[in-house]
Amino acid sequence: MGDFTGSDRPLSSRLRPLGGLRALDLTGPLGWLCGKILADLGADVVKVESPGGDPGRADRYAWLAFNAGKRSVVLELETAAGRDVLLRMAAGADFLIATFTPAELSRLGLGWGEVSRVNPALVVTSITPYGLDAPDPEAPASDLEIMAAGGPMSLAGDPDRPPVRVTLPQAAGWTGLYAAGGTLVAHHHRRRTGRGQHVDVSAQACMIPILVQAPMWWSMLGKVPHRSGPYLVGRNVHGAPTRNIWRCADGYVTFAFYGGGAGRHSNRELVAWMAASGAAPGWLLDLDWETFDPATAPPDLLQRLEAEVAPFLESLSEAEFEAGCVQRRILGYAVATVADIAADPQLAARGSWQELPDPETGKALCYPVGYARFDGEVLPIAGPAPSPGQHQAEVLAEYGLVEAQPA
Amino acid sequence: MSTALQGLNVVELGGFAAGPMIGKHLGDFGAEVIRIESRLHPDGFRGNYPPYVDNQPGPERAGMFAMTNNDKLAVTLNLKSPAGLALARRLIDRADVVVENFTPGSMARLGLGYETLAETNRRLVMLSSCNQGQSGPRAHRPGFGTHLSAQGGFIHLTGWPDREPSILWGPYIDYIAVGYGLVAVLAALELRERTGRGSYVDISQLEAGVQFVAPALLEFFAAGFVAGRDGNRDRLACPHGAYPCAGEDRWCALSVHDDGEWLALRRVLGDPAWADRPELASALGRQAAAPELDRRIGEWTSGRPREEVVRAMRAAGVHAAPVNDMADLHGDPQLAPREVFRPLPHAVLGTYMGVGPPFSLSDTPAQLSAGAPLFGEHNREVFGGILGIGDEEYARLEAERAFE
Repeated sequence: MGDFTGSDRPLSSRLRPLGGLRALDLTGPLGWLCGKILADLGADVVKVESPGGDPGRADRYAWLAFNAGKRSVVLELETAAGRDVLLRMAAGADFLIATFTPAELSRLGLGWGEVSRVNPALVVTSITPYGLDAPDPEAPASDLEIMAAGGPMSLAGDPDRPPVRVTLPQAAGWTGLYAAGGTLVAHHHRRRTGRGQHVDVSAQACMIPILVQAPMWWSMLGKVPHRSGPYLVGRNVHGAPTRNIWRCADGYVTFAFYGGGAGRHSNRELVAWMAASGAAPGWLLDLDWETFDPATAPPDLLQRLEAEVAPFLESLSEAEFEAGCVQRRILGYAVATVADIAADPQLAARGSWQELPDPETGKALCYPVGYARFDGEVLPIAGPAPSPGQHQAEVLAEYGLVEAQPA
Repeated sequence: MSTALQGLNVVELGGFAAGPMIGKHLGDFGAEVIRIESRLHPDGFRGNYPPYVDNQPGPERAGMFAMTNNDKLAVTLNLKSPAGLALARRLIDRADVVVENFTPGSMARLGLGYETLAETNRRLVMLSSCNQGQSGPRAHRPGFGTHLSAQGGFIHLTGWPDREPSILWGPYIDYIAVGYGLVAVLAALELRERTGRGSYVDISQLEAGVQFVAPALLEFFAAGFVAGRDGNRDRLACPHGAYPCAGEDRWCALSVHDDGEWLALRRVLGDPAWADRPELASALGRQAAAPELDRRIGEWTSGRPREEVVRAMRAAGVHAAPVNDMADLHGDPQLAPREVFRPLPHAVLGTYMGVGPPFSLSDTPAQLSAGAPLFGEHNREVFGGILGIGDEEYARLEAERAFE
């Protein structure tokens, strides 16, 4: 486990890529991760909450996960005084990120033009389900509707049942992540020109990367790919489905016959393993993997392969399958649960966890860290998610708005 | 028009999505991206990844490569030849950023490890993206995107509880790692502003993916709860699902997040008697009746055009959206203003639909203009124009098979 790194042990700013940059975070769940990422990278991220606190706190573990490393102040933006404080803070900030729709901005009497006039160097990132320029920017959308409108649901689930989302909400992750990307592109431009600008993020558009090449099946060939459960589709010119998730004795594993050098080796080794167990019929032993190409393989060949492989994999446990894949360099892995991830030896060996106290219970929780290492260093999270207004006095003092309170 | 990243020089090595999509995002905003390829080891997106134009495979016919590599300068170099390697070094010496996604250690074996490159270019930012990170017991175990989606928990969390899990179409985690990679490159450039030195960034695609599972991991550590797949159910909102509409395989998604929205939904449904039961007035009661609610709502939606259902729900304040398929997306009015899909010219594909970024910049918008390059399309331009290699030397290098 990584060391706890609280505010009593400030890291050298040299190691914090965005150290010294200041962000105001006026986001609901859809934008939380954007501020979290800026904080991970060393920016000072101040969450600006309404007097009752962010209503999204009710989704407790998402709140904790995506607001760690931030500080909090409470402002009543419905009042002129609250808006005035926000504008004065904006004058001293580098980034402002928010999830207000046009109607919410107008209800608050706020406009991004006005905020930019206060500080022309400010990068303002607006994060909404459909973007501010959508014909209906107010259409209510939660994780489900964003996964639907953006296309991923049409590609997931069994064909004989409705399309599905990922049960653990994902839309806010994609949206916050790509919002952080847009924010830093704008920052890079500001570095060169001194000018800020407005970054308008559409959650719906942030789902497009999940679709990978599926849109090209439509735009190039006029074909609409469909959900196909555990089968990989869209990877074969004949439209043949290729089984990718298989039942094993005690769970599920992923495996497919691939092309390329690694694929050929993996294909051969699986057949050799089956043969050693007496599970490979003659035709399979005779198959020429040098000429096998999953992209052009005929559908009946893929079906025959599946029929032979399925019972073999069902005879193995997840652990046996993993061990065989490691030994033979087969392209296959067990399907992990969060319990498996928590025990993953790779993540443990890399120091990819950091303990932070649960702000309510004080119990240590492990946060995943380390997705990007700078010169080998894991960037630690600065602290757990704040309570509403936890840093009111110190933040307002730092922004030059009130005298620092005595400790 | 000025671009956000003009003046930034990027060299890209590798294939598929995890490295090249980072280069694409940088290039969409004006960075010069020089993509080093070799005909000896074609990018998997050129060779193993339909669709192809006219459904005929070929390295210049692949849609996925086109989608991932617009507005790049493509050169071919045989990095195993001394002359090819020296040319790569010269390109990297003038670069701000190298992005690569070979297997761990490959760059060092080629003589292109970060320490070597930084000896002659202290300001270089180099980003390596690989499955598991550059170190650790599984660093050298082979795998592709779907394997990572399995290791990262996403496959277990997708599908129906009474069935085997469903895949998430493609290499889901790769694109999470692309987002984190984009952020990390730009952060490393900011760090360089302060230190005058570049840095080496190690991106583990698995660790990037696990960020999106963080809430379920925290709940596991706090309470021992192991999240599972549950169709379209939600732990708080109910009803919450995809419902059939008129036509073949047409669906709308809708969800109810509080008692007020439930009342709004009832009004849209025409205040049917079954919805009037007092226990349905609370979220807990609705959760208990979820299968019945799904069936009743499905009966109402199934005869109606999807757009009509979505319009009525939204007007009443109920969360609703069409379940867009790939054809729908290209005509979706909410998405249209963003110009996500943009026609780009290509020598073999003709005009194809490129994909723009998910965020819009007000003053320096993304500018996509050139379709993906052919193998070595810019060899002359890059080696002659940018590196200033004369015709005679070029011919000699060609004879030395540097450009394979």
